[in-house]
Amino acid sequence: MRAEARVAAESDGRGGTRLTTLRGQSPLLLRRTGPRASAGVTVHLVGGAAGPLRGDELRLEIEVGPGARLELLSVAAQLALPGRPAPASRLTITATVAAGGTLRWLPEPLIAAAGCDHVAITRVTVETGGSLLWRDDLVCGRHGEDSGDFVADTLVRYGGSTLYRHELAVGPRAAGWSGPAILGGARAVGTVVTAGPESMVPGAAGPDAAVMPLAGPGMLATATGADIRHVRAALDPFCAGHPTARRPGAPVAA
Amino acid sequence: MSLATLLLLADGRLPSGGHAHSSGLEAQVSAGRVRSVEDLDGFLRGKLATGALVSAAFAAAACGDVARCADLDAGLDARTPSPALRRASRAQGRALLRAGRAMWPVAAIGREPHQPVALGALAAAAGLSPAETAVAAAHGAITGPAGAAVRLLGLDPYAVHALLARLAPECDRIAELAAKRSGDPVDDLPAAGAPLLDIGAEHHATWEVRLFAS
Amino acid sequence: MHPEHPEPHPEHPEPHEHGPDEVPHTHPDPGVDPHAPLTGGPRALRIGIGGPVGSGKTALVAALCRTLGEQLRLAVVTNDIYTTEDADFLLRNGVLPAERIRAVETGCCPHTAIRDDISANLDAVEDLEASLGPLDLVLVESGGDNLTATFSKGLIDQQIFVVDVSGGDKVPRKGGPGVTTADLLVINKTDLAPLVGADLSVMDRDARARRHELPTVFLSLAEDKAATPVAEWIRGLVAARAAGTPG
Repeated sequence: MRAEARVAAESDGRGGTRLTTLRGQSPLLLRRTGPRASAGVTVHLVGGAAGPLRGDELRLEIEVGPGARLELLSVAAQLALPGRPAPASRLTITATVAAGGTLRWLPEPLIAAAGCDHVAITRVTVETGGSLLWRDDLVCGRHGEDSGDFVADTLVRYGGSTLYRHELAVGPRAAGWSGPAILGGARAVGTVVTAGPESMVPGAAGPDAAVMPLAGPGMLATATGADIRHVRAALDPFCAGHPTARRPGAPVAA
Repeated sequence: MSLATLLLLADGRLPSGGHAHSSGLEAQVSAGRVRSVEDLDGFLRGKLATGALVSAAFAAAACGDVARCADLDAGLDARTPSPALRRASRAQGRALLRAGRAMWPVAAIGREPHQPVALGALAAAAGLSPAETAVAAAHGAITGPAGAAVRLLGLDPYAVHALLARLAPECDRIAELAAKRSGDPVDDLPAAGAPLLDIGAEHHATWEVRLFAS
Repeated sequence: MHPEHPEPHPEHPEPHEHGPDEVPHTHPDPGVDPHAPLTGGPRALRIGIGGPVGSGKTALVAALCRTLGEQLRLAVVTNDIYTTEDADFLLRNGVLPAERIRAVETGCCPHTAIRDDISANLDAVEDLEASLGPLDLVLVESGGDNLTATFSKGLIDQQIFVVDVSGGDKVPRKGGPGVTTADLLVINKTDLAPLVGADLSVMDRDARARRHELPTVFLSLAEDKAATPVAEWIRGLVAARAAGTPG
């Protein structure tokens, strides 16, 4: 399956934000949600089909213009599944945030079901003065099953320089992934990257979590846990401050 | 190239500050995740797939073109979210430069570069190739924490060296992969991260009692 | 190479350009050669203080800081196996402000850090001189080790080895590189000699036999809180250095 989705937000010139583009294809369907009167716009990804499955090629483009505020959430966890024998499924997200723009990406977790082969490529470019909060949670396998193969390949650039570059590979093909250097047997891991004015308080954020000031203007919070609830407990506080922020410990499909 | 020169660069006795760093092992020992040679095996395999691959690629890239050192240094900053690990890498880079400058005419690449960048610059000055540099980097990335494990846990040194011997082919493979990619643009170079090493390093840096600098 | 990162200037290579609004970076002074003199002028006299566990090295360093701290520009590097314990002792005792003390981690091997791989100690000494300006004296205190632990000549100019009488009056006779070759041997805790049955004259005789013309002093910090004979020896070295004569 191939699908493309695109959302573009710009300032309405009156302190608000309007969407100039909002289109998608199953399984990448986008819906505007949230109150009309707020300064920012909230958009939900609504899964139009199970997946991604092997062979899927999905693309999501996000554009936030000067002064616009956009928050993207999803209604349910993404479940990467094996499907038929085929090359790895791939979700490529390309996002740009202009000066004075704000993008918050707060989707439900990705679940790498046993046998899946999925790659998530994230390329975010933030202009100087733009603001970013980018959350990614991963659950390695559904309850009681092994993890499938999954690679997260993330690049965040800010003000023309690379701020954060990270790859994480889990699953049977990834050597040592569940060993004590990488996840130490944890089944869930989450990260929050901020860039620009968005910030968090650095330091330990629980026994298996930390908030780290990056070398450039941004921060990373990382948490691992036996299940996603531990990760949420550590990371949700950094994603609050918005009416749609998740409640800590909220149940998840996994 | 000179094999003896390569061995010199990869020797754990090179006075380059490495003995005081456990490459994240001390934090994982304290967390109870590494207690045995088998646990160390898992730790080192994870290290090879992540930090060793990144270090080897960046060291090989620096060796291949010393003019890239500044960009490579920034690339390692972007791949090292933990401030404690950035400090540890730069402290080891500085120490390695100190040793290297006494041995070869090393290019001016700044006072405190990341360790892989310093290693690449030393290797270039010593006349080594990017492929050889990658082997030295990958080898150092696992022999360092293996030595720390012997000291921290009192593991049988023969069992630990037997493990290192078993890992040698994988170490070679990682080095080869790293060298092959070392000409890529900095953003495309390996970026495999290890969340627990980042988290562990931040916790470790706050301990009042610790034996290793990182 | 990225288009955003200009080629480093060949004579002034820098890791990268720093924008005015950028968060401070973790790499200080890019482009500075580690072997370039950081403060200009002659560097401080570096004295290593080593000896077995419990022989009173840290107490001696504290006493020297109190005695010499008023007259000399002084800093201390500690090498405790437990990161900051010795540094904390000096801080708690208020003998030196925090910025004049650096603790070096030794990876379970205090003798490695002072003898075989001295890089972390050299970095610490240089950082102290860079941050505090010119110094007269840097004391490098070893972690407690054994009778073979001595300092590298690449790290220090002169070394003091501290033993105490409670280890028994055989220690000087046993020798070892610390006792035999240190520039000054300090036999400490002499006030305990009657309690532990140590014969100071035996220790003195054996030390002379082992050390030939190298000096040995007896010390009881309980009775001489200023560590007078050691402080005098150091003052002599600093004066000789200032006068340009070899210490």
